Amino acid sequence: MNITLNGTVHAVEDGASVTTLISQVTGRNLAPSGQAADGRKLGVAVARNSEVVPRSQWFVTALAEGDDVELVTAVQGG
Amino acid sequence: MAGTTVAGAAGTAQHTADPFIVDGVHLGSRLITGTGGAPSLDGLGAALIASGTELTTVAMRRYSPAETGSLFQLLVDHNIRVLPNTAGCFTARDAVMTAELAREALETDWVKLEVIADEHTLLPDAVELVDATEQLVNRGFKVFAYTNDDPVLALRLENLGATAVMPLGAPIGTGLGILNPHNIELIVSRASVPVVLDAGIGTASDAALAMELGCDAVLLATAVTRAQNPAMMGEAFKHAVIAGRLAKAAGRIPRREHALASSAMEGRAEFL
Repeated sequence: MNITLNGTVHAVEDGASVTTLISQVTGRNLAPSGQAADGRKLGVAVARNSEVVPRSQWFVTALAEGDDVELVTAVQGG
Repeated sequence: MAGTTVAGAAGTAQHTADPFIVDGVHLGSRLITGTGGAPSLDGLGAALIASGTELTTVAMRRYSPAETGSLFQLLVDHNIRVLPNTAGCFTARDAVMTAELAREALETDWVKLEVIADEHTLLPDAVELVDATEQLVNRGFKVFAYTNDDPVLALRLENLGATAVMPLGAPIGTGLGILNPHNIELIVSRASVPVVLDAGIGTASDAALAMELGCDAVLLATAVTRAQNPAMMGEAFKHAVIAGRLAKAAGRIPRREHALASSAMEGRAEFL
């Protein structure tokens, strides 16, 4: 199925969770808690259809066709 | 917030004996740095370390797999606390959303609230700023409000529950220094939350002046990141903030119209 990720069309498996998406995009393995499995900081957040998905909910939140997902991180600025 | 005594004859021990306390957290430096404008992460890291900062702002933007290195990890590795900002937000709605994302991503409820009116001036939009401060405080955020050098607005933000008020010295990135020192003094004299001079700093003496006016801390980015030697400028600011803080506590002499000799006139030798 297709979702919109950061403004562009992005293909994910049907029923993929937010955790699956973040793993796929960042190349990092995630624990069900939403923390990176390697113990380092992941430092990203997700908004799905303009609502923030808390880290603790990533694992149990299934994406749906057409979802609009924003994946953000800290960058230089300010 | 003035009146802290600064003890000790050695020049370096003061800033640990005189911590900057905000939201119950003790910071060993009164210099808050931004990260915008640095050409590389390595260079930025060196400048931050040289500046002695313990709190640094970052912006929140779309994740890009092409980006090499993690700014957040760099700060974590150097024990520098992160202060996410809402740079680039023009409305309270966008600022609240950005703050929520930052809280999730960086696991902090501190936020530097920046709601700007337009890209040309980058000046805070007072109406949206007040609205966003109220919403964020209600959502449990610790709001560091970037504001105009307006004593009335600063007090409003404090009354809404802002953790710190951060008046600008001059518009962001201009390096014009503190354009209205009188207003900054007025803000400081009435505030019971920390006052952080934010934006407009060009060089070390501007930061020293901010501290002499009674500010609790100084926030700057461009002055370091775009300096010809960022690490050296970072170090200059470290000393400037300490010097200004000491001078404020020491009590400057009053200004006078005419000269006042510091040597006695009596007992001079006479030459015939």
